[in-house]
Amino acid sequence: MLNSKIPAGQLDQKWNDYKGHVKLVNPANKRKIEVIIVGTGLAGASAAAALGELGYKVKTFCFQDSPRRAHSIAAQGGINAAKNYQNDGDSVFRLFYDTIKGGDYRAREANVHRLAEVSVNIIDQCVAQGVPFAREYGGLLSNRSFGGTQVQRTFYAAGQTGQQLLIGAYQSLERQISLGNVRQYSRHEMLEVVMVDGKARGIIARDLVTGKLERHFGHAVLLCTGGYGNVFYLSTNAMGCNVTAAWKAHKKGAYFGNPCFTQIHPTCIPVSGDYQSKLTLMSESLRNDGRIWVPKKKDDNRKATDIPEEERDYYLERRYPAFGNLVPRDVASRAAKERCDAGYGVGTSKQAVYLDYADAIDRYGKIECLKHGIENPSAEVVREHGVAVVKEKYGNLFDMYDKITGENPYEVPMRIYPAVHYTMGGLWVDYELMTSIPGLYCLGEANFSDHGANRLGASALMQGLADGYFVIPYTVGNYLADEIATKAIALDHPAFVAAEKEVSDRINTLMGIKGKQTVESFHKRLGKIMWDKCGMARNAQGLQEAITEIQQLKKEFWSDLKIPGEIGEMNPELDKANRVADFIELGELMCIDALNRNESCGGHFREESQTEEGEAKRDDANFSYVSAWEYKGEHSWELHKEELTFDVAKPTQRSYK
Amino acid sequence: MEHYNMNLTLKVWRQKNNKAKGGFETYKLSDISSEMSFLEMVDVLNEQLIREGQDPIAFDHDCREGICGTCSMYIDGKPHGPWHANTTCQLHMRAYKDGDTITIEPWRANAFPVIKDLMVDRTAFDRIIQAGGFISVNTGNAVDANAIPINKDDADASFAAAACIGCGACVAACKNSSAMLFVSAKVSHLALLPQGQPEHKGRALNMIAQMDKEGFGSCTNTGACEAVCPKEISLTNIGRLNNEFLVAGLTVDN
Ligand SMILES: Cc1cc2nc3c(=O)[nH]c(=O)nc-3n(C[C@H](O)[C@H](O)[C@H](O)COP(=O)(O)OP(=O)(O)OC[C@H]3O[C@@H](n4cnc5c(N)ncnc54)[C@H](O)[C@@H]3O)c2cc1C
Ligand code: SF4
Ligand code: FES
Repeated sequence: MLNSKIPAGQLDQKWNDYKGHVKLVNPANKRKIEVIIVGTGLAGASAAAALGELGYKVKTFCFQDSPRRAHSIAAQGGINAAKNYQNDGDSVFRLFYDTIKGGDYRAREANVHRLAEVSVNIIDQCVAQGVPFAREYGGLLSNRSFGGTQVQRTFYAAGQTGQQLLIGAYQSLERQISLGNVRQYSRHEMLEVVMVDGKARGIIARDLVTGKLERHFGHAVLLCTGGYGNVFYLSTNAMGCNVTAAWKAHKKGAYFGNPCFTQIHPTCIPVSGDYQSKLTLMSESLRNDGRIWVPKKKDDNRKATDIPEEERDYYLERRYPAFGNLVPRDVASRAAKERCDAGYGVGTSKQAVYLDYADAIDRYGKIECLKHGIENPSAEVVREHGVAVVKEKYGNLFDMYDKITGENPYEVPMRIYPAVHYTMGGLWVDYELMTSIPGLYCLGEANFSDHGANRLGASALMQGLADGYFVIPYTVGNYLADEIATKAIALDHPAFVAAEKEVSDRINTLMGIKGKQTVESFHKRLGKIMWDKCGMARNAQGLQEAITEIQQLKKEFWSDLKIPGEIGEMNPELDKANRVADFIELGELMCIDALNRNESCGGHFREESQTEEGEAKRDDANFSYVSAWEYKGEHSWELHKEELTFDVAKPTQRSYK
Repeated sequence: MEHYNMNLTLKVWRQKNNKAKGGFETYKLSDISSEMSFLEMVDVLNEQLIREGQDPIAFDHDCREGICGTCSMYIDGKPHGPWHANTTCQLHMRAYKDGDTITIEPWRANAFPVIKDLMVDRTAFDRIIQAGGFISVNTGNAVDANAIPINKDDADASFAAAACIGCGACVAACKNSSAMLFVSAKVSHLALLPQGQPEHKGRALNMIAQMDKEGFGSCTNTGACEAVCPKEISLTNIGRLNNEFLVAGLTVDN
């Protein structure tokens, strides 16, 4: 049933061979072929620019007021590429290997190798577009390291790498708009896939300003709609991030891959109260120089700066001497939870650990003094120079922390705690990024493909741009080459009429409930169930309870929801209700998937499956597969397994000690 | 930081849609925590309004961490409110004290028509970028990234200009509703890099022409834009744009 279409041949030759033999569409035909791209983040904007350049007729959609505001904009730390500019032993193979290992052997080798291969082209492309990456004094590009690796392969633009990459892709997209190759629909939300004869042929979108439903035809449809971390209510995602587009596709037949694989990021600003609407990430790059610790004494209420060195437990350095503070995210998050659960947490909530820059400031300060030939500098002079270096590297992150907490991180250590950040799961796609619906593709965070059970830092940006700039232009052509005879389908085709009716019926039902509880209150309750029972640690009993609670919540939602306003106008509460309705259904599937996967791997930690030291214990004999769930009707799914084979990177127990 | 709670009075611009006539409404809020963000305070008010059967206040927001450029409130006469180099979403309630009255309006500019309440239409910015805010390089044509070393100072200056988040506060602050700071940031970002050189003349001319066409006013160098810009985009960019424009105007052959 599941055909991942991985090309035959040696791992490092597959992509080259594929490109050499793939079907092509000639330029005259490209002009007649229409492609719909939903989402204009890194994946969508890069795909739209690349396909527009090739001559396809492209339509792009996003729910924000401009494509430039997609959530990719918020990425801080950087983007990986196997350039080996630092001559520190990096290579395509090593990036491939780190990614497979980091993903705890739950990703496809062929996809990941391709990702590592094209990573180098991404950096070239972005620089050519004018992306202002950080540079050294010699004028060459600068790198830093990220978790789960021992080389410096991360390219960055201060703490705004996502912004700079997205602006690069956005500008290329705007250029294609000005050339007439792409048409952009902002403040539009896709609410249904239109299927004709078993193929995806268009979408129904709602104009969020007027509330009107629109029909759009495409020979192929690309979903580039980002991750679903907001199923937890609180996450580092932007407020509008949602699963709706992917979920609609799922209910029309696209399988959902590994839905329970969620990344909880170790360094986020802790929750401060019930009113909290989102959580803010403090970039992983901070772990390059910051040291993480808790007091050695339980319930230590002293100020951080009053706790002497020997009474601090640098628990990551203690437990993982080889990688120290740079262990992968899943490992760092669980270690923080372990300390806090054991009673060593800090801050008023006791649900936080320290991320301390005092040492880094001192170290950099001394180096600077040496550089400037300052003999026997006083502590103050050292500090002054150290602060300047830290400011240049991380200034905007420190400012952000200060604004949110009112504390100055140059003076006191930051308080951090893990938070939901990224979803490795997503629509199942084959090697060509096609879902199980012919003609429907999925790119970027929205698909399940490259990160297995845990994503390494700085590789989501890489994947989004790889998919959009360098993979889809080839693979979509392979499908469209057989579609050149297909005429544009008229918008009054029964399939469009029926799809639009489905959407309007649902909106009418939602608006007709006229109950008492707000959308926000339901979303919060869903988030709490998910975080408590399908969060950083999961067990069979909790997951079973969660499934029952979510089913109950769904009933309540559809009988007691209150949405103000009208359908035919700008109505943000209605937009949210549409999204939360889908999150509730997704939440149930995530718990079912987590329950099925009775092993621990990467970010998925089943308490039943751990080593004596409390590390995640994989069960390769029984779970070396991708879970691809087929929707069968309300509360009902069928599991399909895509077996994973590892010809090159042989699975071992992951160790960062 | 001491935490405290406060009671507030909010005067908010309400406007049902683009055609309707708007006006201020007054709301009372109690027990707002000093640790909340400004937008969380508005969330609390909206939940209250929905429960009371009223229409919640429509406003733009997404990332809530100061980077997407979506949020856009004109707070007590200042775009993005009282804090320096800050976006609306990063403003926190410890900026206020018990008993304060806060007035909230949308960005006001002819080129940014109101959609509803505090939401405005900023697609004019996209069209300015379409007019030339890019480097014309197709995917797959690039040379090795380190083949073009770039002097660090230029790279840093380019980055500083590229930090613009397209929020439009500069326009909202300007008495002429000029978009010069936004346009100059983009022109500088690209002009400071060797990759941006081949197109630099046309870029400035075309982007300014589009800016005029969208109905933004002209720049009279009052500097209100720089003072409110959350990303501290500097007025020197406008100087650079003027130079680019002048040189281009003199040398472009058409
Ligand atoms: C705070 C933060 C920091 C991060 N830092 C890094 C980092 O340093 N390095 C790294 O590699 N990764 C990082 N990541 C992860 C990375 O940013 C994302 O995974 C990636 O940018 C996702 O890109 P995307 O194109 O898939 O989706 P997005 O950028 O989320 O774009 C989704 C698009 O889909 C549209 N959309 C969604 N639903 C609909 C719908 N129903 N109808 C119409 N349009 C729709 C949206 O409007 C948007 O345009 C970070 C993530 C966060 C949250
Ligand atoms: S220049 Fe500043 S104020 Fe103007 S749009 Fe850019 S970031 Fe906003
Ligand atoms: S909501 Fe993104 S900058 Fe304010």
